[in-house]
Amino acid sequence: MENIILIIIAAIFVNNIVLAQFLGICPFLGVSSKINTAAGMGGAVLFVMTLATIITFLIQHYILNPLSLGFLQTITFILVIAALVQMVEIILKKVSPSLYQALGIFLPLITTNCAVLGVAILVIQKQFNLVESVVFAMANAVGFTLALIIFAGIREHLDLMGVPKGMRGIPIALVVAGLLSLAFMGFAGLVK
Amino acid sequence: MNKWTIFSRGIIRENPVFALLLGLCPTLGVTSSAINGMGMGLATMFVLIMSNMMISLLKNVIPDKVRIPAFIVVIASFVTMVDFIMAGFAPGIHEQLGLFIPLIVVNCVVLGRAEAFANKNSVLSSTIDGAGMGLGFTLALTLLGAIREILGSGAVFGMKFIPASADGILVFILAPGAFITLGFLIALINHLRKTS
Amino acid sequence: MAKKESSLINMISTLVLITLVAGVALAGVYDLTKEPIARSQKAKLEKAIKAVIPDFEEIREYKVKPDDSDEELVFYEGLKGDSIVGVAIQTYTDKGFSGRISVMVGFLPDGSILNTEVIKHQETPGLGTKLMDEAWKIKFRGMNIAELAGEAVKVTKDQGTVDAITAATISSRAFCDAVQRAYNTKKKGGKNE
Repeated sequence: MENIILIIIAAIFVNNIVLAQFLGICPFLGVSSKINTAAGMGGAVLFVMTLATIITFLIQHYILNPLSLGFLQTITFILVIAALVQMVEIILKKVSPSLYQALGIFLPLITTNCAVLGVAILVIQKQFNLVESVVFAMANAVGFTLALIIFAGIREHLDLMGVPKGMRGIPIALVVAGLLSLAFMGFAGLVK
Repeated sequence: MNKWTIFSRGIIRENPVFALLLGLCPTLGVTSSAINGMGMGLATMFVLIMSNMMISLLKNVIPDKVRIPAFIVVIASFVTMVDFIMAGFAPGIHEQLGLFIPLIVVNCVVLGRAEAFANKNSVLSSTIDGAGMGLGFTLALTLLGAIREILGSGAVFGMKFIPASADGILVFILAPGAFITLGFLIALINHLRKTS
Repeated sequence: MAKKESSLINMISTLVLITLVAGVALAGVYDLTKEPIARSQKAKLEKAIKAVIPDFEEIREYKVKPDDSDEELVFYEGLKGDSIVGVAIQTYTDKGFSGRISVMVGFLPDGSILNTEVIKHQETPGLGTKLMDEAWKIKFRGMNIAELAGEAVKVTKDQGTVDAITAATISSRAFCDAVQRAYNTKKKGGKNE
């Protein structure tokens, strides 16, 4: 149990997937101009990341490893994620149109979100078991959402500030992300 | 468009990092030193050239509706090859880059060039485009890595120019330094572009 | 050549074909690079062993399970003629700043440490990476854990004897943990016959 709590805290705060591990930067910069869209993206990532991690975990341990096809890891994982995103999109459209309306536009973007593939590979590298993997995936998705929402909140205010011309847009956003990352470093001593 | 323009625009005018803002994850993640940035850039360049070439060869064979999954398979294959080759012949740098090598698959630059260029142009042009974009990416990563290394460890390509016992401004090789340095670098390039 | 039509058969056959070709090509590359990868890993291990124990002619390899984990440590015993010149223990710690640190620790027959070498780590560049510097390694040379108070390697912050690296206490602590694990396991299962 203690182990699980450590994984959660480490993934959300100490090794935040965006601010410390640099995964999922594209959506982090792309869909963080409003808090609402940031939350929507976070929800979609939570859903896909958890599902993708479970499926790739099972594939790695019950198909690739027994057949010693480990060299197909990257190619299988990315195909699984791409197929999964498509399927989720189709199912969501049929089952829950309202949820589809909320998450739909973010789904295609997730295929190329390196955080999803990154987490799927990380749980294999860290030799987690299935429960730990699921917890790790969910915690990372929460970490991603947290970073995204904080960042969106700051950017909403940033629009009203007098930022020097050359720094407007992406440059100032990156500097803000840097300061946020600096703040998150304060969590470093938390679990070790 | 002549071949030279195709090649050179990826380096400055349409630089994948500074102008198109693509592939930022590895850009921020591996540039704690110039040599790491360069290694990552070269690995990506190899994948870009090969996948652009292969995709423009196959562009008429692949039905339109399944082109994206087909591209992903092609790209993932080359990425895995790079992964193995580096593990075998450049183990040191392979270890440093770690997770970011398999993640070249989801580097938007690679899929982006496949979709936007290789899918519509000749094999030769696509290969040149891959080389140009790859070189631009490598230069961007090396530059960012060099700046962070100079400020953060007081060294250039691993050679320390400050006393051995002294430290650089450590924050620059840590995560926040990556964001901040890239932010100022892009601002500088935007400024230069506007004034020239 | 005209673009192929997006009929179902076309789509499926193309995808299957591309995936098959890719799979076969990858199997080929995997086969070709398997040997260099294994060789470079072995070379790295050998280099680490050579760095931490005196000159040897032969290596005897065996595994011992530590008390606190199921993961076995690998012992590389260096032999010269009939006598043992030292043992290199590949140990690890999961208390690193970002994940596992794998360390090779070389013990002389009298139980003192000759040298240490980090094999694998993900510590912060410029801080945790100082575990590989001469200034850090020197603190462990000649250390005999049996003669330390409480038989434990600890940083000064934990009432130990090792001065932690400035701003990298976690990494320093983790390193001590790895060395301690090697020592404990050696004491428990080391073949000192």
